[in-house]
Amino acid sequence: MEALLLARIQFAANITFHILFPSITIALGWLLLFFKLRHNKTGDARWKRLYGFWVKVFALSFAMGVVSGIVMSFQFGTNWPGFMEKVGNIAGPLLAYEVLTAFFMEATFLGIMLYGQGRVSNRIHTLATLLVCIGTSLSAFWIIALNSWMHTPAGFEMREGVAHAVDWWAIVFNPSMPYRMVHMLLASGLTVAFLVAGLSAFRLLSGAQTDDARLGLKVGVTLAALLIPLQIVVGDLHGLNTLKHQPAKVAAMEGLWETTEGAPLLLFALPNQTERRNHFELAVPNLASLILTHDLHGEVKGLNDFEGAHPRVAPVFWSFRVMVGMGLLMLTASWLSAALVWRRGELPRLLLRGLVGMSLSGWVAIVAGWYTTEMGRQPWLVQGVLRTAEAAAPNVGEGLIWTSLAVYLALYATLTVAYVLVLFHMAHKQDADGPKPSPMIHTLEEQAQ
Amino acid sequence: MIPTDLVGGAFWLPLAFVMMMGLAMLLYVVLDGYDLGVGMLLPGAKSEAERDTMISAIGPFWDANETWLVLGVGILLVAFPLAHGVILTNLYLPVTFMLAGLILRGVAFDFRVKARVRHKHRWDRAFFCGSALAAFSQGVMLGQLVSGFDGAPMGWLFSAGIGVGVMGGYCLLGAGWLVLKTEGRLQAAAVRWARGALVLSAFGIAAVSVATPFMSESIFDKWFSVETLFALLPIPLMSAAVVALLFVFLTRLGQDTVGGNTRGIERWAWAPFAGAVALFVLAFMGLAYSLFPYLVLDRITVWEAASAPESLAIMFWGAIIVVPTILAYTVFLYRVFGGKAQPLRYDG
Repeated sequence: MEALLLARIQFAANITFHILFPSITIALGWLLLFFKLRHNKTGDARWKRLYGFWVKVFALSFAMGVVSGIVMSFQFGTNWPGFMEKVGNIAGPLLAYEVLTAFFMEATFLGIMLYGQGRVSNRIHTLATLLVCIGTSLSAFWIIALNSWMHTPAGFEMREGVAHAVDWWAIVFNPSMPYRMVHMLLASGLTVAFLVAGLSAFRLLSGAQTDDARLGLKVGVTLAALLIPLQIVVGDLHGLNTLKHQPAKVAAMEGLWETTEGAPLLLFALPNQTERRNHFELAVPNLASLILTHDLHGEVKGLNDFEGAHPRVAPVFWSFRVMVGMGLLMLTASWLSAALVWRRGELPRLLLRGLVGMSLSGWVAIVAGWYTTEMGRQPWLVQGVLRTAEAAAPNVGEGLIWTSLAVYLALYATLTVAYVLVLFHMAHKQDADGPKPSPMIHTLEEQAQ
Repeated sequence: MIPTDLVGGAFWLPLAFVMMMGLAMLLYVVLDGYDLGVGMLLPGAKSEAERDTMISAIGPFWDANETWLVLGVGILLVAFPLAHGVILTNLYLPVTFMLAGLILRGVAFDFRVKARVRHKHRWDRAFFCGSALAAFSQGVMLGQLVSGFDGAPMGWLFSAGIGVGVMGGYCLLGAGWLVLKTEGRLQAAAVRWARGALVLSAFGIAAVSVATPFMSESIFDKWFSVETLFALLPIPLMSAAVVALLFVFLTRLGQDTVGGNTRGIERWAWAPFAGAVALFVLAFMGLAYSLFPYLVLDRITVWEAASAPESLAIMFWGAIIVVPTILAYTVFLYRVFGGKAQPLRYDG
């Protein structure tokens, strides 16, 4: 395999592994603050115990996010030196502000948030929790600002082939930034909502009919039910924004080859890039035009208008469908569960099992959405400014990339499995007087060894 | 090479950033150095309880400590993008291993208290391996940097030597930290570890100081002209004095712990760590002198690698406001968790 493709695979592997953990900590921090404030206000011990349990999940996720994030900061130099050489004047300050305003704050106050109860006053401890939340969200803000700028660059001029900043406001609040930011924050909220609902359901199923688990379940499904309609609306707006700025990406998402008025929505198809057509299409007439242009006969640009400068179609097409499918599943599961929980106070076992199965559904949706948008940008690294191939390290041999790829993949696979097992193990351990460990978790752990 | 306009931002901004980067790297090496050192000393613990205490001594801090690395590399990335690319593509392999080590260290620490009890020792081993791997790789990176990326077997051997030296230095910091943060048998053991690590570090520093000028001609010229030699002589002399002083201190502390002289121990428990820090600061100064004004030895200077002045300016004013704030809450963190290490519990 050529070095460029290997470098891309390695970067994709790293960023996929990394994104899993911030997507939990961003929203989980705010949820912890909510638990903390509820406890401060009501004095109900259940809120304190919920805080106590989920802060451990936060600590573990945070550690995973930090270590994988450090890998990212090195990878810009090891694999993509051309990126900083060309657009470093813009990417640099954004990254610098992330480290300065967010990273130190979260890392420092995390120590107090985790271990500080009893050493500092309750008020300072609440404040530390708040500062960690602000830190993680600010971190997301800067990173998404940079990422959005790479999709819809603005506020710069090229001098001798190097980008120079002209208007920082336009750079940070570039055209796609607000959509991307809200979309990502809601995605984090949904990820956490389903994780909380799923682990709480797991605790209830394993016989721990504790008040904590019930409360956790209620919070989880309610949050999910509230966020998912918002996410669908924001996702739609984000799609319109992409159509305006990156029409080739939308064409790949839709699997549309020819520019069409009244484009159909493909539910299923196998895009074939060599023949430049789809096999086995299953389509709803005019629906894509309706969704994208809000007009049954609106014109949608096809891939053939961008020949040679559009992304590989199949991965974008499919990851987009996985994301949307996940969203629809989340909508059904959360509304059904929320309705039942609020009306009857409990859920049938089948639905509890379903929620356990969906504990990590947010991860699937986020990774799929991430792939859609990032692969959809190819062959550009910075849309219209810098091609991915131009940024790759010229003097790093394939052997080196293979070695490091193998090291990272082995580590990531092991750690992701360990992380998930430990989450379920912790959910289980929490209930001291419950029955024996569930056989499923037991066998999974044995297999993992 | 040096801009002619000595008052413009193009001259002083890169200088300001290289100083900030140096400060971040030095803080990283000292702070995460003691974390990694404690990780490497972990197998020396005699019991589960001792291992828990050792980890409690770094628990609330390691995350914030590691952030200085992100800042240091971050400044290299954002302020000196040209050098960043050259340095990191040349250090590809050691960087990979360092990152793998840091990943293992960072998560093993968290996993060990959350996983099944019978898996705890496994995560302890991962914690040790990760710490050792990260420390060794950092030394190798340093060796490669000062030898101008010498890829020949001699260059790698030299770098591996520095790797071992850095491991020794971090163990010295870690042991010093434990003397400060622990009591009783563990504290006595930490004093012994510190003495062993001191011997190793002293040999390491001496060997590196002698070998480095021979690895690089330009460093040789910088140190061994008549006038600079005398101006710089204080650095090696002071280093030797610190080593000797530390040795005497550690011997006394060793006698105190055997003789049960707790007052003596408590009064001087800070000294080994402070001495270790002094040693690192001196080594850092020597190194900074050897390299400056180059970021890549003999090839890329601070000014050649710098970003556009307007980009540096916007980061500079941000940093001027934020870095003191960071230092302030770092001090706050160390005050909250001051005193002897106590068992880490989430619910207080």
